[in-house]
Amino acid sequence: MSNTQDHIQDDNQIDSYRRKLLGGGAALAGAAALGSGVFFTSIARAKPDAEPASSEIRWGFLIDTNKCADNCDKCVTACNDEFNLTGFGRPETDAQWIRTVTLRDKKTGHTTKLPLMCQHCAHPPCVDVCPTGASFKRPDGIVLVDKHTCIGCRYCMIACPYKARSFVHETIENQKEYGPRGKGTVESCTLCVHRVDKGEIPACAEACPEKAILFGNMNDANSDIARRMASTVSTEIRGDLRLDLGVRYQGI
Amino acid sequence: MKAKRNTQRFWLAAFIFVLFSFGVMADVPVPDIPEAVKGEQCVEETGFMRRNHMELLLHQRDDTLRKGIRTQKHSLKNCFTCHVVKGADNQPVTVKDSRHFCRECHDYAAVQVDCFQCHTSVPGGAKTTGTRP
Amino acid sequence: MKPTTFREITGNSKGYYMLLALLGLTVAAGLGSAWYMEHNGHWVTGMNNQIVWGMPHVFAVFLIVAASGALNVASMSSVFGKTSYKPLAPLSGLMAITLLTGGLMVLVLDLGRPDRLIVAMTTYNFKSIFAWNMILYNGFFLIVGIYLWTMMQRNLNQYSKTAGFFAFLWRLALTTGTGSIFGFIVARQFYDAAIMAPMFIVMSFAFGLAFFLIFLLAAYKWTGREIGSYLINRLQKLLGLFIAAVLLFVVIFHLTNLYVTQHHGVEDFILAGDNIYSGLFWVGYLLLGTIFPLIICYTSAFRASIGWTTAAAILVIAGGLSQMYIIIIGGQAFPLDMFPGKEVSSSFYDGVIVTYSPTAPEVMLGLGGVALAFAATLFAVKILRFLPLSLANAKIDPHHSAQG
Repeated sequence: MSNTQDHIQDDNQIDSYRRKLLGGGAALAGAAALGSGVFFTSIARAKPDAEPASSEIRWGFLIDTNKCADNCDKCVTACNDEFNLTGFGRPETDAQWIRTVTLRDKKTGHTTKLPLMCQHCAHPPCVDVCPTGASFKRPDGIVLVDKHTCIGCRYCMIACPYKARSFVHETIENQKEYGPRGKGTVESCTLCVHRVDKGEIPACAEACPEKAILFGNMNDANSDIARRMASTVSTEIRGDLRLDLGVRYQGI
Repeated sequence: MKAKRNTQRFWLAAFIFVLFSFGVMADVPVPDIPEAVKGEQCVEETGFMRRNHMELLLHQRDDTLRKGIRTQKHSLKNCFTCHVVKGADNQPVTVKDSRHFCRECHDYAAVQVDCFQCHTSVPGGAKTTGTRP
Repeated sequence: MKPTTFREITGNSKGYYMLLALLGLTVAAGLGSAWYMEHNGHWVTGMNNQIVWGMPHVFAVFLIVAASGALNVASMSSVFGKTSYKPLAPLSGLMAITLLTGGLMVLVLDLGRPDRLIVAMTTYNFKSIFAWNMILYNGFFLIVGIYLWTMMQRNLNQYSKTAGFFAFLWRLALTTGTGSIFGFIVARQFYDAAIMAPMFIVMSFAFGLAFFLIFLLAAYKWTGREIGSYLINRLQKLLGLFIAAVLLFVVIFHLTNLYVTQHHGVEDFILAGDNIYSGLFWVGYLLLGTIFPLIICYTSAFRASIGWTTAAAILVIAGGLSQMYIIIIGGQAFPLDMFPGKEVSSSFYDGVIVTYSPTAPEVMLGLGGVALAFAATLFAVKILRFLPLSLANAKIDPHHSAQG
């Protein structure tokens, strides 16, 4: 197993990701390296620390709304716990990086429930409008806010078609080591970039008891996410805007 | 007459300045830099770190956030993890405490940083506080 | 016509100092409010994650739009060759600068991190219309400053026409940029319209002239300098023309939305909703801000009256603020159209019309910006020669001597 590991380290990145997902032994090695022991929560081996994020990869979610249970908000709780988005008991100004949304068809009465977060667009309006370039997209498609240069103008919040962003309205003192957040800057779902870079999957996807949130590399034809996208219908929210989203939904 | 008054003013000003300088020296002790808990040597030579840590931090910050390079060598987290200061309760002190590693020198040099408005200042960060209803 | 004589106002009366003190106090209250907001965080304001831009932005955008419009009187003489406006050109340039200063003060102090202004000034994302605006604002100060210089230093007078022309082009670009802040937003139903840019330009004509008139008429009344019926009458008609032009754009904007089925929801919300926006539209903008001042400007009974013209200008400002409130707050209050044909509900106010209750600090900050603009103008006319000694008919009207 260690031989496989070494062999993969030497290989180029895309191949190694692919091999991981194809080969059972490699996948096991990946799972072992993570120490999680749960096969389907691993995406691949951890990216070597010194290696930058690759533009060959497009991280994303495929969310099956049919699986999303009625009274469940485990993805939301997991996200809140992951980043200590505990709130101040003021729902209008408290941050929400992920929320569950209930849709009811006005004609038929049919209801659907889905989790909604930053859609990690390939052409993000928030990045377009940001005056200082603090909103940016990583090479692997993850849209983030550089809080070092965010001036708190909130233009990105005006521009986001999904209302995915929150402004920090008060002083924060309970930050996680991997999740800096502070008063006067804008924030949103990071696709758990700190986990993804270690080879783990985002907290919401891990927490979903129904496995409704599938995480993976959309560019890799052999990944679970790409295969499921190829075999079933999935749509983008506000696909008319042609933003090429990193989050797709089934069942809406 | 006028010249004499000017001379008097000069000496008065000088006296106040010297008095003030003594006051400053008396109030602010030389920083008591906390020793690193692990290892003998910092990630770079100490003198180099004193002069250039801000450049290293800035570089690492952009590499990590923008490019996803996750090496820890020059990270902010590393500074206060190695040079952790424990309080009476044996827990690491936050930057609110003047004994915090970063504050020892920054207070002395009167250089304000805003790192900790967003970043945690203790190793491992805050515990999960749980969602309020 | 003899060349116009410009003089500082005496500015040592009790009234002058009381006015300056009042404005100064308002500025101080605005600054205090900003400090309070920054210290506690924005939760102490009515702004939240749904209404992310509030009263400060209503005032800031209004002042910035008015600033470029205030330059219009100068442009009338330098670009369009209307010589009777020439004596007013220095005040016009001055007010363009002071109004922009007031607006930017509000905008900057409302930022989440105003301490990072230097970042905003040095790090640009050139795809952002906001970043372009920062360049346009700074450039406006520079160009209008040069224009004023060429007007006020005699041996540079020959360049003032050229400087005035560039200032005119720049102000058009500036207001285009301001309108495009909203025009380029594809996410929201009420924005995403190219007409926003020209509509803001026309709005700037009206708002800028209104501010200009208020200051000019008050200054001449209180200093006892003469201002003739000829000039007041012309400015009145000009204001009326601008108000009518704004109305045309507003009508086109709403008609377009009313034609497109997709936009019926938001139009219904703004024009006929049970909310403040409908009231502001029909009463604030249309009745008070448009119809009343149009009557004043075009009815002979009110012709050349200082009092009525001032009233018309104040009404235009009230209407303009209403318009800004409708665009900025109303545009955000209406829910995003993420799921067509679906009723949407969530813990994050999806699918519902959100309410906004501004708090005192944010209103004070906005008023502080207005006060700063007026205070700076009031101070400048005391120390520099911006105002002509007389604007009597004999000094202005090219036909006056022929008639006399």
